[in-house]
Amino acid sequence: MSFVTRGFGGRSRDRDERLPPGQTLVHDFPVLSAGPTPEVDTAEWAFSIITEAGTHKWTWDEFNALPAEDIATDIHCVTHWSKLGTSWRGVSLDTLFENVESQFDYVMAHSYGGYTTNVPLDELLNGQSWVATEFDGEPLDPEHGGPARLLVPHLYFWKSAKWVRSLVMMPRDDPGFWEQNGYHIHGDPWQEERYW
Amino acid sequence: MIGRLTVPRSGWHPATVAANTPETGSAARLELDVEGWPGNAAGQHLDVRLTAPDGYTATRSYSIASSGPATGDVTRVVLAVDRVPDGEVSPFLVDVAMAGDRLEVHGPLGAFFVWQPQPAGAAEPAADAGVDATVRPVQLIAGGSGVVPFVAMAQAHADADDATPFRLLYSVRTPADVFFAAEFERLVAASAPFRLDLVYTREAPAGWPTPPARITREALAEAVLPASDVPLIYVCGSTGFVERVAAWLIELGHDARSIRTERFGGT
Repeated sequence: MSFVTRGFGGRSRDRDERLPPGQTLVHDFPVLSAGPTPEVDTAEWAFSIITEAGTHKWTWDEFNALPAEDIATDIHCVTHWSKLGTSWRGVSLDTLFENVESQFDYVMAHSYGGYTTNVPLDELLNGQSWVATEFDGEPLDPEHGGPARLLVPHLYFWKSAKWVRSLVMMPRDDPGFWEQNGYHIHGDPWQEERYW
Repeated sequence: MIGRLTVPRSGWHPATVAANTPETGSAARLELDVEGWPGNAAGQHLDVRLTAPDGYTATRSYSIASSGPATGDVTRVVLAVDRVPDGEVSPFLVDVAMAGDRLEVHGPLGAFFVWQPQPAGAAEPAADAGVDATVRPVQLIAGGSGVVPFVAMAQAHADADDATPFRLLYSVRTPADVFFAAEFERLVAASAPFRLDLVYTREAPAGWPTPPARITREALAEAVLPASDVPLIYVCGSTGFVERVAAWLIELGHDARSIRTERFGGT
């Protein structure tokens, strides 16, 4: 139903093919959080994967002993900004799930501070997601999710839970925080799955 | 914590600019007549999409300064847009858009950074109600154009003659940068309890008791409801403003779960 708005020309004509529909390229790194930035001390930090059978848990030192990867990726926020060619370092979910068995197909990510977001497990494995601890060669800033955040760059960035503390396997695709507050259950930027 | 609110379902709607008037030196008040708008809660936002003759589109999110149910086939929705230097959409909305222009909006959006009046009678706690049933006072904290969702909340509060104590701390550069100045004057005088505290960061009115300065933790502590009142707190502004204020609120003893934040980026 799109129609032309009188007097609007727009700025950019050489649209980057890496930009999903409705997105605008930014060079800074905007922040989207529903509440205050939690202070997370790495001495007390732990990351867990919780299944119907039990809990797999890593302390900060144990986590940093895992094999890490450099990730170069584009990121897309539901609030219409995209950042291209960002660099991260983190541990692949394939590594973290190596010894995890579960009958369940869905994951709820839980964060320090209480945030949650849901992602199907098959969208996290096979090189699709990481728990990242560095951005641009530096430890991840608290306001961007440090000390560690989930990184699921093929979905809108609210799925990349900041301050992640655990992944809990669940039998159904229950909605997380933003998914209960108006955002799409899945969040594919190429399909513009922004809102329900 | 107030419960999750039922808000109208979002969707795309054609809109016509009804009026575009200067709000401050850099911002405009944009009144839109939105076709099929389902109404919105105070604090929600919407996306504006502009299309160029060659099909190029640009979309940005804006907080809504108005709230209320649909008013028939077409509903008036009010925005206040600050011109972002070198921006693509905001300079068009502030400087070019005029009455009769057509654009598209998607909304209403967001079900968390919202406030709705207490239903009639809710202020009377049931006999067996616990602490949760008591009405919590509301503290709003705005930096610059971050005040827009709070205009909607304060207006909804006044329109409902809601008894919830409301307090707004509003940080602005100069007196000329105050959004909705006349509306706030009326809201302060209305019977619903509403208090406004202004902080000027660059230039204060003549005779203002304190020199202009960025807000400090001490000034925040003085102008914000104390943690012992267990207020529900909304903070809206730039990322720097929100990060600073939210961290101070935690230091002042407020529970992180009582603080809701919304930030605007540089686009």
